[in-house]
Amino acid sequence: MSKLLIEDKEVVVPGQIVAEGMDYLPSYGTYRLGENILANRVGVVSLDGKVIKTIPLSGKYIARRNDVIIGQVFDIMSSGWRLKINSPYTAMIPVKDGSFEFIPRGADLSRYYQIDDYVVCKVTNITSQNLIDLSARGQGLHKLRGGRVVYINTHKVPRVIGKKGSMVSMIKQATGCKIVVGQNGVVWLSGEDPKLENLAVRTIEKIDRESHISGLTDRIKLFLEEETGTTLEIPKEDLSDEEIEAVNFEDSEENLSFEEHNNNSNEEKYEDE
Amino acid sequence: MKRVDGRTPEDLRPIEAKAGVIKNAEGSGYFKIGKTWAYATVYGPKEIVPRFMMRPDKGILKVNYNMMPFSGQGERVRPGPNRRARELSLVSEKALASVLDLTKFKNSGVEVFIELPQTDAGSRCAGICAASIALADAGFVMKDMVAAVAVGRVKGEVVVDLSYEEEADETDGGAVDTAMAMVPSSEEVTLLQMDGQVTKEELMKAINMGKEACKKIAEIQREAIKNKYAVGDLR
Amino acid sequence: MNYTEKEHLLKSLNAGYRFDGRTLEDWRNLEIETDLISTSEGSARVKLGNTEVLAGVKLSIGSPFGDRPNEGVLMVGCELLPMAHESIESGPPGIDAIEIGRVIDRGIRESKSVDVEELCIVPGEKVWMVSVDIVPLNHDGNIIDAGAIAALAALKTTRFPEIVNGVVNYKHLSDKKLIVEKEPIAVTVGKIGDHLIIDPTKDEEDVLDARLTCTIGQDGKFCSLQKGGETPFTIDEIDQIFELAMVKSDEIRKQL
Repeated sequence: MSKLLIEDKEVVVPGQIVAEGMDYLPSYGTYRLGENILANRVGVVSLDGKVIKTIPLSGKYIARRNDVIIGQVFDIMSSGWRLKINSPYTAMIPVKDGSFEFIPRGADLSRYYQIDDYVVCKVTNITSQNLIDLSARGQGLHKLRGGRVVYINTHKVPRVIGKKGSMVSMIKQATGCKIVVGQNGVVWLSGEDPKLENLAVRTIEKIDRESHISGLTDRIKLFLEEETGTTLEIPKEDLSDEEIEAVNFEDSEENLSFEEHNNNSNEEKYEDE
Repeated sequence: MKRVDGRTPEDLRPIEAKAGVIKNAEGSGYFKIGKTWAYATVYGPKEIVPRFMMRPDKGILKVNYNMMPFSGQGERVRPGPNRRARELSLVSEKALASVLDLTKFKNSGVEVFIELPQTDAGSRCAGICAASIALADAGFVMKDMVAAVAVGRVKGEVVVDLSYEEEADETDGGAVDTAMAMVPSSEEVTLLQMDGQVTKEELMKAINMGKEACKKIAEIQREAIKNKYAVGDLR
Repeated sequence: MNYTEKEHLLKSLNAGYRFDGRTLEDWRNLEIETDLISTSEGSARVKLGNTEVLAGVKLSIGSPFGDRPNEGVLMVGCELLPMAHESIESGPPGIDAIEIGRVIDRGIRESKSVDVEELCIVPGEKVWMVSVDIVPLNHDGNIIDAGAIAALAALKTTRFPEIVNGVVNYKHLSDKKLIVEKEPIAVTVGKIGDHLIIDPTKDEEDVLDARLTCTIGQDGKFCSLQKGGETPFTIDEIDQIFELAMVKSDEIRKQL
């Protein structure tokens, strides 16, 4: 006689019994212990028929192939640039993937990217030892000039972007800022008006804090409208190429990292309401 | 039988627990039991030094236990690692490692810093409880929380959660102080240390009382994390 | 923060705002709580924005210094624990912590806020030793100013333990309080480009060109100064900083 002890979208914590009996199936974030299914990380419940899984609310970014991220250069070697990518592991852009331009051998690599530069790039490969290769040669991949950077949790990125970029578009509309959201939780922005730029930052931080509470989109819209004294329309197809690259949360075989590809594991991203 | 502070043998001192209290950390926990008060912060996973310590099959856990200079029951505690702190760091690490799944974080490490601003016995247990909250807060995959409590015997009676005064009691053969940590869902013991003179029967009774206490503590730890996400004041 | 963001910050400062929305001369929100650590003889917790600092006072009996036989000993120190920020490593105090401790110590000592002669028990033999330990819990910049407030608040609530047969009994604090008459307030002014800012966050501290900490008493007298950073100040700038620090120290003093 099986029993579900939690509801969809509820926050659960490690060791919490989410279901009793053998009819339910554990998936990401849950496991079976005897007759019960327990949660094994802090997350939001996502029920899919009899399958119980959780969407994480915290935890560091783990790179996956084809992720579009924002990295920061911290070292330049003869073979390429090394970047910090807000993860336990550092990553590298090899010279051949530095730019659409042909980079001759022996060229001064700091002419392309210098220490501390932020670069939008794509994850091309992850080795079994978690060494990460990046490419800055591609549509929408480039150095970011000026601006500033804020960090959010990687699991909140889909909420900051929104369905088809609707959330980030709303923030751009309200504040006039340029915004690029990396899958790794690094958000770059640049605005002409410091007060509006600060509003954009506060809005992004608010989404980071409240993503698990339903009604987020409406709440953020109201917040932006109150702070700016304007009314906003949620745009339908107002997307530039940049955003299409960054909104890379549709799962496909190609998005799996080296190991996940082999283990055939596949975590879905959080769905918008 | 009433204890010095009026508690029954099974009573825990009042507990206060919170998650996410130190903003800079990846995850953090606060655990106060009676007058013993511990913070735990998690940084990582990250590259660790010395590099030879890293493992190619999974991430490693490193726990650092430290008492703040004004936290001792008597004189000022001189800052810096001493042997006691290093031993407590080691046993705390072993107590927590078994619930963690760090296979996704090979060649990196997770550092936990347990800091105590105020102690009144049971500090290593409070530290482990805070650390468990912090690790969960940081998003790690863990089978369950790890709850810890000191059990033992005072004035001939087997009790749970000894205070400093009880630990120091020398009557009736002296107090027995047993620090234990447990994974509540599997009832597995991950920390066990004891000082005193005690029979096997008394020890088994103490450990079983500790088991019940750990289950209560784990519920409080889980509530602390849930409270962080509660729909409160949405500003 | 690094040099690429610093350019953007300078643009923002030119318009009169910092990244967190404050104007250049705003303090962050200040919260002070005292008497919270029962194992100490005096304690305080200060939150200045997201910077959170604990200070605890411990008293003991010891011998005075040879050249000051009638004075007790006051020691103020700071320890930067790894819990407070990802960049802090375990180990003995680094130069950052040492500087913070010494600057706060000088502020309290030079203002003569603690009457060290009161601490004498037997001249030349026995005096009270007062140790103030400042421990940041979360480092978001300006530990000096926050730590100085915490140290002062902790000292003001400090009570002497009872002495029983010449031995200190820490379990019983007497009603006798430490006399702290002055209220020295530290104000750190940072310079970024041509702009002077009050109460820098950690990100701002990372890109400061220079800073000047002024500790000022309630009588408006300066009791200590500390310049940090490699960029020099002009004398005009120093004058400006002094004016600013005096106004800003009063703002804090009102909240004690």
